[in-house]
Amino acid sequence: MEELANLFHGFAVALQPYNIMLMVIGITLGVLIGVLPGLGGANGVAILLPLTFSMPPTSAIIMLSCIYWGALFGGAITSILFNIPGEPWSVATTFDGYPMAQQGKPGEALTAAFTSSFVGALFAVVMITLVAPLVAGFALRFGPAEKFAVYFLAFCSFVGLSKEPPFKTIAAMMIGFALAAVGLDSITGQLRLTFGITELLNGFDFLIAVIGLFGIGEILLTMEEGLAFRGGKASINLRVVLQTWRELPAYWMTSLRSCLIGCWMGVTPAGATPASFMSYGIAKRLARRGNNFGKGEIEGVIAPETAAHAAGTAALLPMLSLGVPGSPTAAVLLGGLLIWGLQPGPMLFVEQKEFVWGLIASMYLGNLVGLIVVLTCVPIFAAILRVPFGIIAPLILVLCAIGAYSVHNSTFDVMLMLVFGVIGYLLKKCNYPLAPLVLAIVLGDKAEEAFRQSLLGSQGSLGVFFSNGLVSTIMALGLVALFWSAIQEGYSRLRTSMA
Amino acid sequence: MKPFVLNVALAAMVMSCASSTASRAAWEPVRPVEFIVPAGTGGGADQMARTIQGIVTKHNLMKQPLVVINKAGGAGGEGFLDVKTSANNPHKIIITLSNLFTTPLATGIPFNWKDLTPVAMLALDEFVLWVNAEKPYSSVKDYVEAAKKAPSGTFKMGGTGSKQEDQIITVGIEKAIDAKFTYIPYKGGGEVAVQLVGNHVDSTVNNPIEAVAQWRGGKLRPLCVFDAQPMAYDEPIADGKAWKDIPTCKSQGLAMEYLMLRGIFMSPKATKDQVEYYVELFKKVRATPEWQEFMKSGAFNTTFLTGADYAKWIEAEEKRHESLMKEAGFLASN
Repeated sequence: MEELANLFHGFAVALQPYNIMLMVIGITLGVLIGVLPGLGGANGVAILLPLTFSMPPTSAIIMLSCIYWGALFGGAITSILFNIPGEPWSVATTFDGYPMAQQGKPGEALTAAFTSSFVGALFAVVMITLVAPLVAGFALRFGPAEKFAVYFLAFCSFVGLSKEPPFKTIAAMMIGFALAAVGLDSITGQLRLTFGITELLNGFDFLIAVIGLFGIGEILLTMEEGLAFRGGKASINLRVVLQTWRELPAYWMTSLRSCLIGCWMGVTPAGATPASFMSYGIAKRLARRGNNFGKGEIEGVIAPETAAHAAGTAALLPMLSLGVPGSPTAAVLLGGLLIWGLQPGPMLFVEQKEFVWGLIASMYLGNLVGLIVVLTCVPIFAAILRVPFGIIAPLILVLCAIGAYSVHNSTFDVMLMLVFGVIGYLLKKCNYPLAPLVLAIVLGDKAEEAFRQSLLGSQGSLGVFFSNGLVSTIMALGLVALFWSAIQEGYSRLRTSMA
Repeated sequence: MKPFVLNVALAAMVMSCASSTASRAAWEPVRPVEFIVPAGTGGGADQMARTIQGIVTKHNLMKQPLVVINKAGGAGGEGFLDVKTSANNPHKIIITLSNLFTTPLATGIPFNWKDLTPVAMLALDEFVLWVNAEKPYSSVKDYVEAAKKAPSGTFKMGGTGSKQEDQIITVGIEKAIDAKFTYIPYKGGGEVAVQLVGNHVDSTVNNPIEAVAQWRGGKLRPLCVFDAQPMAYDEPIADGKAWKDIPTCKSQGLAMEYLMLRGIFMSPKATKDQVEYYVELFKKVRATPEWQEFMKSGAFNTTFLTGADYAKWIEAEEKRHESLMKEAGFLASN
């Protein structure tokens, strides 16, 4: 009950007009940041951090976390409209969101994405409010072996479910792993595969690859197909929001499942990206119209968006209670906390009640404000698709180039993006799936690091991945996901032979 | 009336002449200054750089904006090479950590601190030996005994990065007490502290700021500090103990000392005026209450050096890193 009283006190703090104004500003900035591929939430928050030093800490964190929510919302927009994921966790949203937009349903896709984001975030905030101390303790049980198991599960739940032959999926994933290996090997401290080229010291950034593979690749494909942009007949009308809302409750099961996956991934902290991929994969497996995923199924938008937002929100919990950021943006916010003289960690909830509960209350309000802001803009976003391709394509190209440049302020990255664009075009022509490649670039080095840390700790014994109940369960789940189709086939054969 | 007006006009002319010669003599940035951080966002160097940026903005210490840019690739090599190739560009400064020495030695990238222009040492970061508070050892002696008793290689030390400061200290401890640890590298200091709280490693050498929250929460216990004298801060943190009450490792029979540079360099071929401008700027930053609060929260050693003293300190420290890393077998093979 004390928590509830604290929360209401927090609402009182967050509802001050000054703070509400900061919320609206933060959300709007965040959406803009999310829309620009490359300028991710982490960069946006880092750039704006110094501006907040003159504010009281509670107001400052409210504004910054609203930028964070805004970026989470905004990432979905370009994914759905142009097949360009602005953030790593929006990649899975493109799989069904973009086909929907092409079928003239961008409004539905955007509404579904925004609403599910809101649902996911709300679920996570409620969890933070009610069980924060409990969940924070759970995160402590995640050592390197447990983390690797989670990544393993993310990869496995992806391999079996591709429509393409599994070997094409694995081939694409391996290219991703190879690209992820470039740069500094964080375990030995040695440079790998850089061939003395300074620009490669940093490895291949996920964002550059994605902007090229998806954005540029898509433009090349559209050019080949006769310069037609297929979203032209999009209805631009606020009624689409209400129509979609009527449809959504039917997918409550997917939502709930995605919320749980998201919270788990956010707290552990593996982050929003594996959450969105895993949730998409599992939804595809379990949904009634799962076979239709990838062709513009609204459930395929709901699943990743819900999970990503739930994870993004839940990621703030380990940051506040343990001082471990669950996402790059959370890492920057963490830096902010320290600068404002707040020490994240177990004592924060005890000593800085007003700050913590003000922040939690602002999560409720910030997401609500965010939802209203982005939903009212749905018709405007959808209308973008009516602009002729001849005008919009150069704009997208410029946007992509700016995005790629702003990741590291380097023109080399812009070249790299173009190269990735051509590769993306070729891979699509040969029917290689791009998603596993992207997944491997994002999670490859993290998985490798966790794997090698575990083995260092266990003196090289693989038994560490089955050394306790938690890690064994996750690994077993991963193996089941990997061989699911084989298991299914075996089971049905067994049944027919029995009959 | 007339002479008075004339006098005023004359005085104004003299004044304006004087001020214009003054501004001609002292250099000042004419466009935004890039503040390179050769490490990722959220880490110790990044926090310090962003604090400085905040202080400069809040107190209006510069006429041009100061822009923090992270160039973390190749253990910071990306950032160092960027500044190295910006000769004659006085609008670029870089904050360094120990990777100023360790990165070129371990990876063999073509860089040495002499490629840059030293500006000032802002502070030195301390290292403390931490263990989980549930563990029975409450002194360095108990810790050393436990480490020696454990079968070779099963005692786990967690740290930030590979072949960098944390691992150098670990090798130093191994030598000092004749035991073999397994060093497990993680990406960031906060993560290392939490791995210790979760008992996934047996000890760490976290900087004070990375582990203080867990100390206050009663999860971690500091055993000793790797400095020649105890830290200066006497405000109680946990259980009535202050940073000052942590003994030096040397006094506890663990002969290892290590401090990490938090210093500023600028691009090559900077003129004396340009260096002087930044030295004055950082003197002003150091005088602000925000900076002092920041120093206290991280229990920093506040030594401030510039000019020849600074260069001499770096040179000695470079030699020391070279020999430490050579002994540990961390030097790049080429």
